[in-house]
Amino acid sequence: MIKDQEYLSEKASYCLDLAKKLGATDSSVIVGNSISETVNFRNQKLDESNRSDNLAINLTTYIGKKKSSISSSNLLKENLDILIEKCIETTKNTPEDEFNSLPDKDLLAKEVKDLNLYDDTHIKNEAKIEYLTKLEISASNEKKIVNTESSFTQDKSNFILANSDGFSKGYKSSSFTASSVTVAKDDKSMERDYEYTSKCHLKDIKDAEELGKLAAEQTIRKLSPKKIGSEKISLIFDKRIAKGILSTFAGAISSSSISRGTSFLKDKINQKIFSDKINILDKPDILKGLGSRSFDSEGVKTNTLKLVEQGVLKHYLIDTYNGKKLNQKSNGRCGGTSNLYFENGNISYKDLLNSRSKCLYITETIGHGSNIVTGDYSVGATGFLIENGEFKHPINEITIAGNFKDMFQNIILANDLEFEYATNSPTMMIEGMVVAGK
Amino acid sequence: MSNFFEKSDLSRNDAESIISDTLKKCDDGELYLENSKSESILLDDNKIKNSSYSSDLGFGFRAVSDEIVAYSHSNEISKNSLKQSSENLKSTLKSAKGIYNHEIPKSNKKYYENINPIEQKTLNEKIEILNKVNSYLRTKNSDVKQVTANFLGEQKSIEIIRSGGQTLTDIRPLVRFNVTVMLEKNGRKETGVYGIGGRKSYDSYLRQNNWKNVCDEALRIASVNLESKPAPAGEMKVVLGPGWPAILIHEAVGHGLEGDFNRKKTSAFHNLMGQKVASEGVTIIDDGTIDNRRGSLTIDDEGTPTEKTVLIENGILKNFMQDRLNARLMKTRSTGSGRRENYRHIVLPRMRNTMMLNGNNTQEEMIKSVDKGIFAVSFGGGQVDITSGKFVFNCTEAYEIINGKIGSPIKGATLIGDGPSILKEVSMVGNDMMLDPGIGTCGKAGQGVPVGVAQPSILINKMTVGGTKL
Repeated sequence: MIKDQEYLSEKASYCLDLAKKLGATDSSVIVGNSISETVNFRNQKLDESNRSDNLAINLTTYIGKKKSSISSSNLLKENLDILIEKCIETTKNTPEDEFNSLPDKDLLAKEVKDLNLYDDTHIKNEAKIEYLTKLEISASNEKKIVNTESSFTQDKSNFILANSDGFSKGYKSSSFTASSVTVAKDDKSMERDYEYTSKCHLKDIKDAEELGKLAAEQTIRKLSPKKIGSEKISLIFDKRIAKGILSTFAGAISSSSISRGTSFLKDKINQKIFSDKINILDKPDILKGLGSRSFDSEGVKTNTLKLVEQGVLKHYLIDTYNGKKLNQKSNGRCGGTSNLYFENGNISYKDLLNSRSKCLYITETIGHGSNIVTGDYSVGATGFLIENGEFKHPINEITIAGNFKDMFQNIILANDLEFEYATNSPTMMIEGMVVAGK
Repeated sequence: MSNFFEKSDLSRNDAESIISDTLKKCDDGELYLENSKSESILLDDNKIKNSSYSSDLGFGFRAVSDEIVAYSHSNEISKNSLKQSSENLKSTLKSAKGIYNHEIPKSNKKYYENINPIEQKTLNEKIEILNKVNSYLRTKNSDVKQVTANFLGEQKSIEIIRSGGQTLTDIRPLVRFNVTVMLEKNGRKETGVYGIGGRKSYDSYLRQNNWKNVCDEALRIASVNLESKPAPAGEMKVVLGPGWPAILIHEAVGHGLEGDFNRKKTSAFHNLMGQKVASEGVTIIDDGTIDNRRGSLTIDDEGTPTEKTVLIENGILKNFMQDRLNARLMKTRSTGSGRRENYRHIVLPRMRNTMMLNGNNTQEEMIKSVDKGIFAVSFGGGQVDITSGKFVFNCTEAYEIINGKIGSPIKGATLIGDGPSILKEVSMVGNDMMLDPGIGTCGKAGQGVPVGVAQPSILINKMTVGGTKL
């Protein structure tokens, strides 16, 4: 069983009290416990079972404008005593930073909203095995599938965030995740692809057979890929790749990148960085949302933000420290976004595919080619050639490149948004990117 | 040395009997105990942004039967906690009927000293150097608009207890010192990153004001990038410089030669053992035994002493990298490549220091031979799809080559290639092999482990460069 609020609160107050006694003028602490149980299958047989029980404490102490922090997984009193003493000692020896402080009291969350993030159901390993058996039978149905690996994880966690201004709140959350990775082979090639489902509540996850079938289909259609020539062309990003573009955007508007001057979106507030039709929201109070929360990792209340309105950038993601540097109040985004998404566009998926006589449909990118300082983007990619709305053949060993400043202006969104992850995008087309191939 | 049982109601004898009882019908398994201490001191934006210290304690209990692995880990080293883990393992492996293989070879060699690098330099000394770095860079060049510098230090003590009581221990120091600098000139911003590190004290890397060399190198890379023009797009010849560009070897062939992917036949290399996978003259090894290197280990995370493993010899595929599980199932021996990020994770076969050995050519010859291509000197990182064999890596410093001469610097671009065929495209191997500066971390299945790479300059006949200029 995961530790209850009482146990976690007791550890949290112990740390805050001792820090105060040893000379901290302010302090904040997060105590958390998570238990996760995983079963892995390979080729329709049990491959691995894994149970993980994680305790963690993270304490930050302030002496005036000096700050330091410690973290540990060992919550025994003797260990905490040594660490807290060390933390205070380090704080004393760390230079002052005028922007260091706890969040403003009036911004702290007053309540923990019931967002239905916890499902008490405990799915036994036998039941996971039953799900995975169904999944893998379905995934292995086609002869071309030569290897299947799938996995089922149940995660339960609980935490308390407390600070010396009297804030002390936390809540439980859960997630149930199933995934399937399949390998397909023909005489010319071997390819891998995947599908997965993750939800706060067990009953909401995808059907096992459907998941296996999807993974297999997506893998088989990648077989016998061709390399294409280098050219400027419109790209369609599958939803699972399109959400990555949104994550890069979030990184570029984080107050730390902005205050340090290391983002290509610095000084762009109230400027048009996308086309008119683009709206981006960060909504923390979606029921059962994978990114939902009542407050951020400093305890600041999080409200919905319309980050981009008709193409115009309206907000950065601000925490207390960088907010003070930028002379702005925290908007509850310490630790990043919650449920981040593009609003739907006004064209169907099918019409988007049909909108160009020739384009590429990208299903996977590899490499870390997003540079938020310059906005330059260059990654390896796999996908399909589309001609007149039809999938012609798979392609691989190409790169796609551009600069986000131009790419953002040229985004066209379909109207097929779904909330499958914490960050979500409809299918996306970006015009005029450079593909390098042969 | 950590005494894991000192403050616990669990005695070593209790632990040994629970381990032996749990693993009696298993093929393999062990209790892995770990105590790590780490620190991070960060200067950013003219200030000490972060000084943090972390202590992590826990165990991971593993039981292996045939192909099945059961694993359970916890932060609480107690009788109850270990018993619960034992129950979890037994319930997964109810029908186990293996024969436990007790034998772990012994070695007295050690590749680093038992030091705690965190304690060998005071906080004030570290802060002083970081402040010096900041003012040195900002004084040296007025285009410097941002400086980030940090110390990362760690000491990890591990103990492995096997069924029957065999016990193996290791204490592993690790440090890293990094500098990132951002320049801004005429509205254009570019960054340069450089770092050094390994399994010695901070001072052995920083003596004689060596931090200045790290700063100079980061500044040099940023200055080059400030003058860079758009990179070309398409297939062309590529000359790679020595040292860190061996990320290519790591991504293109390293991962594909890890035992698990080959046992499962999901690697593009699984059916190529004994065959020619690289040009003649190409020899690649994975070596865990180089003194004080970031990727070196005295014993791996299953207790097996590490070794120098020949992967490709003169173009022919010779060995995969193995942990105990994959070695047993593939009827070979562990190469001491079983590694895990920490006690929260299961062991996987992983790389240590992956190196391409010297050939006879010079870098000058390579550049002279290229009509149109690029010369890549420094890289950010890479990734591979081991099944299709396609891999990428990102240049952070590169130049165009025109008619045998190095031309203008080009913007960071991704290079993509095909692992099983790329080494056949190597037409010259240099005589200037260099180790990387000691900053690499490799990710696999969500686990990061410190690794090293090395290579001489090489010429590749054909690779796709992911620029924007057609």
